[in-house]
Amino acid sequence: MNIQAMAQDIPAEGENAMEGVDFITSGDQYLTFLLAQEQYAVDILCVEEIRSWEQPTKIPNAPSYIKGVINMRGIIVPIVDLRLKFSIGQASYLETTVVIVLTYQSEESTRTIGFVVDAVSDVLNVDNADIKPAPAFGGCVGQQYIDGLINSEQKVVTILNVNHLQKVEKHSLHS
Amino acid sequence: MSVDLSQFIPSFLEESFEGLEVMESGLLDLQRGDNETIHSIFRAAHSIKGGAGTFGFDNVTEFTHLVETLLDEMRDGRREVTSKDTEILLESVDCMRLLIEAARDDEEYDQDKVDQTSKRLAETLGDEPTSADEGLSKTDVEATNICGYTINFIPEHSLAKTGNDPIFLFSALAELGQLTLCADTQDLPALKDIDAQELYLSWQLTLHTEASEAEIIEIFEWVEDECLLELVPIQKPSDTSASTSSTTSSSTQTNNEQQTEPDTSQKSTQEIAVQPPKAELVIDSTAEDNNITSKTKTKDKGKGKTEVGSIRVGVDKVDNLINLVGELVITQSMLSELGNDFEMEKVERLTSGLEQLLQNTKELQESVMRIRMLPISFAFNRFPRLVHDLAIKTGKEMELVIKGEQTELDKTVMEQIGDPLVHLVRNAADHGIELGDVRVANGKPRKGTISLDAYHQGGNIVIEINDDGAGINRETVLAKAVEKGLIEANAILTDSQVYDLLFEPGFSTAAEVTDISGRGVGMDVVKRNIQSLGGRIQVKSTLGKGSSFKVHLPLTLAILDGQLVKVGTETYIIPLIAIVESLQIDNKLINRVSGDMVLYRLRDDNVPILPIYQLFNLATECTEIDRALLVVVEADGQKIGLMVDDLLAQQQVVIKSLKDNYQQVAGISGATILGDGSVAMILDIPGIIHMALEQAQQAQRVKTDGNSSVTAEVCL
Repeated sequence: MNIQAMAQDIPAEGENAMEGVDFITSGDQYLTFLLAQEQYAVDILCVEEIRSWEQPTKIPNAPSYIKGVINMRGIIVPIVDLRLKFSIGQASYLETTVVIVLTYQSEESTRTIGFVVDAVSDVLNVDNADIKPAPAFGGCVGQQYIDGLINSEQKVVTILNVNHLQKVEKHSLHS
Repeated sequence: MSVDLSQFIPSFLEESFEGLEVMESGLLDLQRGDNETIHSIFRAAHSIKGGAGTFGFDNVTEFTHLVETLLDEMRDGRREVTSKDTEILLESVDCMRLLIEAARDDEEYDQDKVDQTSKRLAETLGDEPTSADEGLSKTDVEATNICGYTINFIPEHSLAKTGNDPIFLFSALAELGQLTLCADTQDLPALKDIDAQELYLSWQLTLHTEASEAEIIEIFEWVEDECLLELVPIQKPSDTSASTSSTTSSSTQTNNEQQTEPDTSQKSTQEIAVQPPKAELVIDSTAEDNNITSKTKTKDKGKGKTEVGSIRVGVDKVDNLINLVGELVITQSMLSELGNDFEMEKVERLTSGLEQLLQNTKELQESVMRIRMLPISFAFNRFPRLVHDLAIKTGKEMELVIKGEQTELDKTVMEQIGDPLVHLVRNAADHGIELGDVRVANGKPRKGTISLDAYHQGGNIVIEINDDGAGINRETVLAKAVEKGLIEANAILTDSQVYDLLFEPGFSTAAEVTDISGRGVGMDVVKRNIQSLGGRIQVKSTLGKGSSFKVHLPLTLAILDGQLVKVGTETYIIPLIAIVESLQIDNKLINRVSGDMVLYRLRDDNVPILPIYQLFNLATECTEIDRALLVVVEADGQKIGLMVDDLLAQQQVVIKSLKDNYQQVAGISGATILGDGSVAMILDIPGIIHMALEQAQQAQRVKTDGNSSVTAEVCL
């Protein structure tokens, strides 16, 4: 395989953005997954790995969408069920149920969190211009979590904001 | 300049602080010290001065120069070492630390203190303080009339051997302004006589710059001992008066004037290639801007890094680690080979291989932990100075005896135990040790002794702070406690209960508040700090003979001995250090008192029972008290019985933080990974007790305020 040619395929946009945290949120590839019948996507550069569902260890007195923590090669990773968090569909744990582990790097810290989804479907190549703002007409998912919408064939994919996903985890739990 | 110095600043700071410590401990030994001590102090001061100069911390350089001069006189025997001088030097060490810290944090420092000390230093030296400000402003004035310098730079032939390259100097100069170079090749020997390592050239440079003379001199700092340097200012055409030839002479290095004529007159072939005879080289200063921005960038980065902190580890420890990793790799390859075509006959080899793996892992774990271990002398080092100062302040005679400095302790524990120890030592000096006359009257040696001792005991480290002072007066403490309303007037307390009162917030028996101690703030903080490290403190005292404080600390914060317990489907770990005992519940000993509070009679104590499943909202089958087990734990002097379903194994667990990826959870101090790869939570006993108390209070409030539910809601 011609590495030079491959290197040219790397979009310039991504290169520029390498200088800061930005490159994580402005990448052009998105991993899409299913929650109930709806399609969602996250920036693929944040994806650490995709694991099959395993029963986590419960965290005492945590909200119901925090399923607990698992051991990922010596790192303690909290598991959030996105279906419960966004109240979409049933939180059933089948063979296809997977956990997408995302790592978000901010300037002061790196945070690794696993998100339970129904299934992982595809990797989408998206031009930034094709991302449309989401209309603010409600729905279960709060506006701050949504970066925009993409039309992919017949379906509409919601792009989730990883920064907010991990941040809100941090603050919403002081109950 | 092609080498970015700012990357070395953290190392310089670290070394400077070490140097300051050397100076301090040396100064404290000086009274009975020998020449070698003075030498080592001088060396430390000298390297700080040199480093500070290199990095442009001018105030440090200036100040240290004064200190150095004084030390130099002492070193040469020109000056008797008096205790007054030592005091001034100790103060100077403080000032140097202040200055370096200010330089590190880019902050303001206590200018008055530094000025005072430097004044005193100068007075001691016997000459008038040469005010730095004046000097600076003078050069500034001169600089305004000057539009550049002609620099005569005649290096010694051996300059290149010391690792200095004139090219670097020139490019650094070029950053200051426009530089014109003129190389003088008259010393150049014939080609066959050239020694390739010698430098035969000299240069005349013309630099058009706004920069001050000091900035130029700074560039030549590293070579100034090895060259003849002359700076002649070029006056602005408009202002030709007031020629300042004095600057020229001041910057001329006199120590090298006996320059020997080149005997081995040769010339490096390399030099010929680089500098043709009388070649003119103009280096533009456009690179300046780029350089500055890159410098500031790295500076910011450096700041971020310093917060992480670093450890200096002995090479032997690292070597040992590498050895062990090698062993591990061998074992691994042996095992994988064995697994390639495994037959039942090879089971024995497999078991032995696994055993080896276990051994390797254990050793590896131990030596990795050892990397975090530092000798406790790091924490003890500051005490000689402290006691010395306290002795002067209080007017008491005392000495400090330190034992077991080589006992190793986890770095994190070490950092956090420093302040509590300082507090205890201060207390010993201020309240413990009596005045000399009183001591003599009581038949004790005039000089009081405070001793610090550290040793291992079981899996713990014990730090003892002893003094042979007055001891703790039980009656005074009791009277004070009654006065403060901490205890009833007729309460009967054991000695240890009485001593525990000392750790109550705001408790002080000192008749008067001094600036050292006695405000009653501190002992409670001491206790809290020690407890937060998972340790405890014991007090023993004999009236008239002295007191002893024993601090027990876990060796490390990364690993703890835990008891695994089962609650419902979950496994929890209770730190072994907190467990008093575990027992099967005897129904007869359960009492329900004062409105459904469940107490368990444990000999004389009544221990409240706390079901973990209730506290953590877990589903469990085992809700009846009489079928469960009770783990009695203690924290903050409060005993509590944790109700669990089953007791499992006891094992060492590695503590992992929940905060990294999640957040602090009430009642949980961390998590760990068990042998089967699953995660288990480690219970935070003081936290749990706190939680239970809060829950109980809330429940009480709801009950009592039942008729006025609004207030209850507000409270919640």
